[in-house]
Amino acid sequence: MNQPVPSSDRLQETRTQILQALAGDVLTAEIVRGELIATVKRASLVKVATYLRDDGLCQFSQLIDICGVDYLEREERFEVVYHLLSMNRNTRIRLKVAAGEDTPVPSLTPVFVCADWLEREVWDMYGVYFSGHADLRRILTDYGFDGHPQRKDFPLTGYVEMRYDEDQKRVIYEPVKLVQDFRSFDFLSPWEGIQKLLPGDEKAPPAPAAAPKQGA
Amino acid sequence: MNKITSPEVEIENYTLNFGPQHPAAHGVLRLVLEMDGEVIERVDPHIGLLHRGTEKLIEYKTYLQAIPYFDRLDYVSPMNQEQAFALAVEKLLGITAPPRAQYIRMLFAELTRILNHIMNIASYAMDVGAMTPFLWTFEEREKLMGFYDDVCGARMHANYIRPGGVSMDMPAGLKERISDWADKYPKMIDDLESLLTENRIFKQRTVDIGIVSEAEALAWGFTGPNLRASGVPWDLRKSQPYDGYEQMEFDIPVGKHGDCYDRYLVRILEMRESVKIIRQCLDKMPSGPVRVNDRKIMAPPRAEMKTSMEALIHHFKLYTEGFKVPAGETYVATEAPKGEFAVYLVSDGTNKPYRCRIRAPGFVHLAAMDAMLRGHMLADVPAVLGSIDIVFGEVDR
Repeated sequence: MNQPVPSSDRLQETRTQILQALAGDVLTAEIVRGELIATVKRASLVKVATYLRDDGLCQFSQLIDICGVDYLEREERFEVVYHLLSMNRNTRIRLKVAAGEDTPVPSLTPVFVCADWLEREVWDMYGVYFSGHADLRRILTDYGFDGHPQRKDFPLTGYVEMRYDEDQKRVIYEPVKLVQDFRSFDFLSPWEGIQKLLPGDEKAPPAPAAAPKQGA
Repeated sequence: MNKITSPEVEIENYTLNFGPQHPAAHGVLRLVLEMDGEVIERVDPHIGLLHRGTEKLIEYKTYLQAIPYFDRLDYVSPMNQEQAFALAVEKLLGITAPPRAQYIRMLFAELTRILNHIMNIASYAMDVGAMTPFLWTFEEREKLMGFYDDVCGARMHANYIRPGGVSMDMPAGLKERISDWADKYPKMIDDLESLLTENRIFKQRTVDIGIVSEAEALAWGFTGPNLRASGVPWDLRKSQPYDGYEQMEFDIPVGKHGDCYDRYLVRILEMRESVKIIRQCLDKMPSGPVRVNDRKIMAPPRAEMKTSMEALIHHFKLYTEGFKVPAGETYVATEAPKGEFAVYLVSDGTNKPYRCRIRAPGFVHLAAMDAMLRGHMLADVPAVLGSIDIVFGEVDR
């Protein structure tokens, strides 16, 4: 656990090394806030992960986390983010892979055993498909759940709610009924005056632009 | 002489459902066990029965409103998780908490570690047949929750550690009370050990059960006490220190065999190390502010609000709109009592996180249940489950 070289130097070393050794597979690699972030070509993910795990100068022996992020406006809307940890060198790396709704991401289960559940969670929450995963079932949501709840276009309240029905003597699912609409306030520009129309303004005819005042 | 022949019987594996409401399941875990007689052939844990969509909810809340969710993840070690989130937000904001706040954070992180470990050891001991530790340690937990109460007003869900420091300074007299407690606590660990460590029944249930080798522990992504019990001296408080851990002197207990017994021993020793850190925190605690002096991030003191219009506006703005965090992303890992608890925070520059991924150690540990339990007896299920310290608040999130 000694740190002979300061962490930033080791990150820089790793960065130059993977950019050389994996040119074409690693699209970008940069160090932001002391964290090494690499974007990886989807098809080369397994190759990159295997290299990072086995190479003597990387030794990223542990897969710490896999998570998805949904960027609705992008063409390939999902980003699958992998966090690897090298205990010997005391460094971390973050790999990012872009994925669309229909584009499968190669599964890392052959490289890291613990990718199993983590990929199942990403599948459950975002609907990113992992090709080569032996058992890609839902993991956190209910049995028979429909949809992928962490997508940005999935409402926070969900679509169905569950209750126990006294008459039927079983649990039933019904569409969500909200007593009050889900409120989301626009906090981003409250000091900059009213930007939109006031309630009721849309009924009024549009004011003639720069109409000369009568009697002026 | 008649030849005795037994009719051919086709033996099928027996599928057994364990949970979701089982006292030894430490919450709501459903295990589908495929049994060959009494021997486990395959384990299929079904989780998610406590899934509340924390990560999704946080995307709709301001940064300050997100903190209470962290108390409710691993509900036996609330403050460690608040600390991870606070550190992540601080990293994106580019601020650090004042020294006194860091010491208070460390102090309470270690108190929480003890809170977590005695809960684990006690319930674990009860799972394998010992009732007394449960009663003894709950008395101790009560005292620790008393400290929680003193410092933030809540016994469990603290909401105490905030981005930029802590919500308020420790009240007068608390330092002395914690100090008194820390003097007496090692005796309590001795008593606990006298009940369990050399206990024949406890050892029969735990020694050589659920062995995880060093290579396996690394491959399955183990962190925290479970990894150290397998012989890997890895502790984020030492290797990637956060807050003020680089100033603390403590040792990392490491196990040898990676079985259930070693995981228990590592936790016992970790508590002793935590007491050391608590002692150092109390002795070296600097004076000074506990919140960053930036009105755009932390609300002004109440007294100032009575006289200053500006302070009142700041207060109102912070508790309605919240503060904006510069766009960017960060991954901050802390050594929570159960292992590496990390927050991967993506900010888009607004007052709400764009994405807040919570890396819960229990989720990864539970994923290894199948591999750990294969070939064991049915009665070992609670022993292995208890030894990897599972709390469903964080597994299901």
